[in-house]
Amino acid sequence: MKTRILAGALAAAMVTGPALAELTFPSLSYRTGPYAANGIPFADGYADYFTLLNERDGGIGGEMINMIECETGYNTEKGVECYESTKGEGALVYQPLSTGITYQLIPRVTADGIPLHTLGYGRTSAANGKVFEWVFNYPATYWDGASVAIKYLLDENGGDLSGKKIALVYHNSAYGKEPIRTLTELSGQHGFDLLELPVDHPGQEQRSTWVQVRQQRPDYVLMWGWGVMNQVAIQEAVNIRFPMENFIGIWWSGSENDVKPAGDGANGYKALNFHAPGADFAIYDDLKTHVYDAGKAAGAGDQMGTVLYNRGLYAAMIAAEGARKAQEIHGVSAITPAQMRDGLEQLAIDEARMEELGLGGFGPTFESSCASHGGSGRVAVNQWNAADGKWEVLTDYIQSDQELIGRLVEEDSVAYAEENGIEMRCQ
Amino acid sequence: MPDQVLFAIEVMLNGLMAGVLYALVALGFVLIFKASGIFNYAQGVMALFAALTLVGIMEGQVPFEHLINVVFGTEIHGFGWTVPALLAIILTMVVMVIFAWLVNKLVLRHLVNQEPIILFMATIGLAYFLEGLGDMMWGSDIKALDVGLPQGLNTWIDETTFNLFGYGFYIDNLDISAAIIAALLVAGLVVFSQYTKQGRALRAVADDHQAALSVGISLNYIWVLTWSIAGFVALVAGIMWGAKSGVQFSLSLIALKALPVLMLGGFTSIPGAIVGGLIIGVGEKLFEFLVGPLVGGATENWFAYVLALIFLVFRPQGLFGERLIERV
Repeated sequence: MKTRILAGALAAAMVTGPALAELTFPSLSYRTGPYAANGIPFADGYADYFTLLNERDGGIGGEMINMIECETGYNTEKGVECYESTKGEGALVYQPLSTGITYQLIPRVTADGIPLHTLGYGRTSAANGKVFEWVFNYPATYWDGASVAIKYLLDENGGDLSGKKIALVYHNSAYGKEPIRTLTELSGQHGFDLLELPVDHPGQEQRSTWVQVRQQRPDYVLMWGWGVMNQVAIQEAVNIRFPMENFIGIWWSGSENDVKPAGDGANGYKALNFHAPGADFAIYDDLKTHVYDAGKAAGAGDQMGTVLYNRGLYAAMIAAEGARKAQEIHGVSAITPAQMRDGLEQLAIDEARMEELGLGGFGPTFESSCASHGGSGRVAVNQWNAADGKWEVLTDYIQSDQELIGRLVEEDSVAYAEENGIEMRCQ
Repeated sequence: MPDQVLFAIEVMLNGLMAGVLYALVALGFVLIFKASGIFNYAQGVMALFAALTLVGIMEGQVPFEHLINVVFGTEIHGFGWTVPALLAIILTMVVMVIFAWLVNKLVLRHLVNQEPIILFMATIGLAYFLEGLGDMMWGSDIKALDVGLPQGLNTWIDETTFNLFGYGFYIDNLDISAAIIAALLVAGLVVFSQYTKQGRALRAVADDHQAALSVGISLNYIWVLTWSIAGFVALVAGIMWGAKSGVQFSLSLIALKALPVLMLGGFTSIPGAIVGGLIIGVGEKLFEFLVGPLVGGATENWFAYVLALIFLVFRPQGLFGERLIERV
């Protein structure tokens, strides 16, 4: 009798249970904790894109997508736990949205043979695919960001920054320190003084930093911040009446969350970005039809068009396109993580493809290769319009100094390869 | 006067102002520790919860809005009204009193006579519960908080010091407000504890639980009262810190800033919290200004603890703490 009940239950589960998902994308998200306000829109965008593909296209290449969400709370240990608990599910690519988790996962994904895509964060020199076989950080790295910020300021100053003083207000962590090397090189090249002002985690109290800014009177301030550090820094800059148009943040210091608490004072603040803000893209029509109106939106469904929601969409789009490319290369629909790596390594995002995806003009075009995992390094400058409550795109995508970045990436990654006994590939 | 001296004076003044903000957080810890011997790990989260509740009420947000919409399929998006800041502060205080009553009823009453470490662990649980509750009630987004306090550079100080020294000092109007409010708060607490029946009962419980019970003071009532006052202090701290950064979940981390203040000032002294806050504020800011550039900066977090430890070497009970003599 027991066996019959068990068999019946099993049969019922097979009939009524969810369809077997073939393409698994873990989402290491943080909807709780001090960084939840940033984690939620990204996680929502990431989930909604995959939902759209499942609902509209039946997945990718005929295979349904299974997105597994795991809460990290932006905590490195929890992030590693999430990785360990989901990697056995056939995970195709990880995008942890945390530099701390990224550094812990690099050796793990290398050993396990699972791709890691750190979209504009993580270890910059992972752009060298000859050393970091499983890690990708396109379409732009922190060093591209530093280079583009200086290029933009050169344009603003008739090509001459000599004698100018540029302050870098940065999160005192591996992430915040990333641009220092590039900026030091550029300071030597262009003759500007670089003033380094670290801010300790979490950055709730920055009075010393901004008193120094007031005393030292830099012409420009660049910021590498995250979370509460951004809001406090922008408010402090408003307090000391620093001209906001001379204050430029990296893309992790350039969301609506960062500027809104400072109100009208934040008007004119600038931030770098490697994708567009807003909801004026064809994909939003499809999202509305197949996801929002169908009641399938992730979270509270209130993040559409925000910078971080769009970044989540963009991250998911790259993962999906990587999977599509892998299917094309290998002629199978149910791909493995190693095949996914091949897809990500031969990915080409051109304007025609972006148009097809309903994302025309959304981000820079780029190509990946065995040696190059860092993208084109093209970044735009956006500016906050407080009256309209939205980011405006100020420039086209500006090309970073590829010669300098290439040299720095090579030096750092080769040193890493020597330290870790990694044999160069793509020879 | 040389520029460096002027800069140092400006840094010192800002340190005093920052110290007041640290003291505001430390006060909440002291009140509860003094009355019940509990180190309330949840004090930072109470500041967050109070600030979230205040903004939620001001903006006419429906508590548990997202949860209600998901469970019942409704499309509720706020009550459609806004509440003036003063009324919202009063309503938030009512919520904090209810919270204090619930903490006593559901947690503390069941842990009477337990070891201090058990009570401490209970407050850790309380902190996580309260953080989750705040998230469910009011959402995780960053909320701008404006209760009408002036913010930004004080022009009068800037101009006056510029006319005197040729360099205008930067003092934030919000910090000046915080200093005035902290002074009023401490004066109010002193008057309350010295001249009211409840205040005297509170001090009696703080001195000796058993003796207070024996003369008919209700321990439950005193604990609810203490947690309510701590809730009010948390609300004030939440307003001040929330106005600087927006109300967001990292607000709970301000508790980290209070720990060195408590170590230095003593866990049982209200003046200790104030003086400790000022010493930590000035010490960390001056150290950052004078030594920071030589060691790569970002010294404030660790220097506050080092300063507190140095004081502990000479006064283990803190500057104003009570020396414990236990006879066996």
